[in-house]
Amino acid sequence: MSGCACGNSGPQYPELEEILARYAGQRGALIPVLQEVQAAYGYIFEDAIVRIAEALGIPATSVYGVATFYAQFHLKPRGRHVVRVCQGTACHVRGAAKILAAVEKELGIKPGETTEDLRFTIEPVACLGCCGLAPVMMVNDDTHGRLTPDKVAEILAAYE
Amino acid sequence: MEYITLTVDGQTVQVEKGKTVLDAIQAAGIKVPTLCYHPELRPEGACRLCVVEVKGAKTLVASCVAPAADGMEVKTNTPFVREARRTALELLLANHPNDCLTCERNGNCELQTLAHDLGVREVRYQGPKRSAAKDASSPAIVRDPEKCILCGRCVRMCGEVQEVAALGYVGRGWDTMVLPLFDRGLAEVACVNCGQCTTVCPTGAITEKSYVDEVWDALGDPNKHVIVQTAPAVRVSVAEALGMPVGTIATGKMVAGLRRLGFDRVFDTDFTADLTIIEEGHELLERLNSGGTLPLITSCSPGWIKFCEHFYPDLLPHLSTCKSPQQMFGAVAKTYYAEKMGLKPEDIYVVSIMPCTAKKFEAQRPEMTASGVADVDAVLTTRELARMFKEAGIDFATLPDEEYDAPLGISTGAGAIFGATGGVMEAALRTVYEVVTGETLENLDFTEVRGLEGVKEASVDLNGKTVKVAVAHGLANAKKVLERIKAGEGDWQFVEIMCCPGGCIGGGGQPIPVDREKRAARIKAIYEVDASMPMRKSHENPAVVTLYQEFLGKPLSEKSHELLHTHYTPRPRF
Repeated sequence: MSGCACGNSGPQYPELEEILARYAGQRGALIPVLQEVQAAYGYIFEDAIVRIAEALGIPATSVYGVATFYAQFHLKPRGRHVVRVCQGTACHVRGAAKILAAVEKELGIKPGETTEDLRFTIEPVACLGCCGLAPVMMVNDDTHGRLTPDKVAEILAAYE
Repeated sequence: MEYITLTVDGQTVQVEKGKTVLDAIQAAGIKVPTLCYHPELRPEGACRLCVVEVKGAKTLVASCVAPAADGMEVKTNTPFVREARRTALELLLANHPNDCLTCERNGNCELQTLAHDLGVREVRYQGPKRSAAKDASSPAIVRDPEKCILCGRCVRMCGEVQEVAALGYVGRGWDTMVLPLFDRGLAEVACVNCGQCTTVCPTGAITEKSYVDEVWDALGDPNKHVIVQTAPAVRVSVAEALGMPVGTIATGKMVAGLRRLGFDRVFDTDFTADLTIIEEGHELLERLNSGGTLPLITSCSPGWIKFCEHFYPDLLPHLSTCKSPQQMFGAVAKTYYAEKMGLKPEDIYVVSIMPCTAKKFEAQRPEMTASGVADVDAVLTTRELARMFKEAGIDFATLPDEEYDAPLGISTGAGAIFGATGGVMEAALRTVYEVVTGETLENLDFTEVRGLEGVKEASVDLNGKTVKVAVAHGLANAKKVLERIKAGEGDWQFVEIMCCPGGCIGGGGQPIPVDREKRAARIKAIYEVDASMPMRKSHENPAVVTLYQEFLGKPLSEKSHELLHTHYTPRPRF
């Protein structure tokens, strides 16, 4: 894939080409390639699936199959900030459902969805593993514990 | 060959080393239920219906994937095995629509048969069922994902036998589906419409798109002159579709049956197969003599054509520009025959009976309108024709043998063998040999190009000049030949490619189930048809000779090019 019709020379997705060049000829490269593409672009887009298939010499349906099989891969653009509200047992008994409802109301989206301005994504999560802080949520790598629904708006406002 | 010995239900069995437990069970004459297993596909061990007890094994063993071992003691019919199989089947049925009565595959469904045979009279498990829309985007194939049991036979057929990989697994666990790329419709991806998926699907999840109702409507319209053409392979398979033995030749009964359905004329695609040989043979000679693109590759198989357009667009100049016999028939019927009958092209309705689903797509190509309207109006598979006979109450087995109508029903044995892999090549060689040498060909049987070997090669001496040919069937085999052409290795002048394994007799519109033995039996019947014909060389077909005298002029004439030749369209690979 040499270039697009936009008039610029060079490949349309230079980072993708750079990743594919590093894995050229390697067996078992599909999952690491998908991981790096996602790290570079935030998600795995359709053109990337087709280009990966071409470069690795495997059917695009196989690449799509692997990308949709693993929860770690995302096929839609994600928000700049990922919110994970713990749904584990300890959080559940301490009101996790109300925390999640407050996040959903504040952002106007459901778990698995992304706000239109690509600011936030709510990611479903079973347990974050810090029950002592229940109910707890994470925004990116920050942990926010001992939550009440009225604290949610203020916490989220800090993430631009 | 090394052999191993094991016991199955107390019987001692010997099988070759490397065979599976299922092979050993079958060698003992015992039938265990299977669903994801198909004799022509790599076993996957997904459905767990073929489980058996093996002495010493901790769990039940899926016999289709377990290697047979020396001294193994296998039990196929114990209470534990029966309960496990029935449970596995009930779990599949719990997520399957209960609409057998109106299903396309009612009466010919492996899931339905197993539910009956395994004594499932109630499903103990209740839960949500998968809900997904039908995909009717393709003119050839319909997908109904709600009926899919995820056995993966279509995925393996499409990906491994045809190497098209238009279908794949998507998602995980409960959400898993078999889908085209990005959940697009089949018409929007690189599907070649070969329909091999429809022949291996055990349920009604992938079927041909039916045009039976359109044909009934045309037959009931007094203002339409409705004519039918029958492909070479249909005469050796329509009886099979109606429950008669595999390989039954039913040309005469089929003609009689079509007349009883109400067709105004019953014609034969074999006629235009002969015409194809004249045009394509001369195209070959022209390319040989004038330094044209070689090897010339045949263009009769519409699945192969679309495959070439998607995956090998750079090789399109190798394709013969000849339309397939189906489309030549439509073009000749709505011009030459229309003139003879004093009819306008739009008053004639041309129905094709094909062993093929890709022909449905081919007939709808925008370039197939040489007569000013669609040259072929409706394409039915062998299976759809069998259903029409049933619906009309025709007792096929007791029909008399009748003859095709003239002139478009007159044909030779060379036209008939188009139905088997190697047949177009053999038919072409019979004619090209006599045209080039001016001598009578003594032995008409080019046996090197016959049979089920994936790629066949031969060379023929034409007046001191050796012509090298190759024949491939099934697209994975075709790829091998194409890669050699691309690499400049194959020094052939003429190559025949058929999309489906075995050629048209193994087409995607043929009776279900199919396996290697059935393909071989249908091929044997095709060559019997050829041997029994009074004329066996296309250029001796008197109706074809007359067509040139009265209408076309000579092979590759301007009129021929206008009506009988076409062009191809590069298509995206993804």
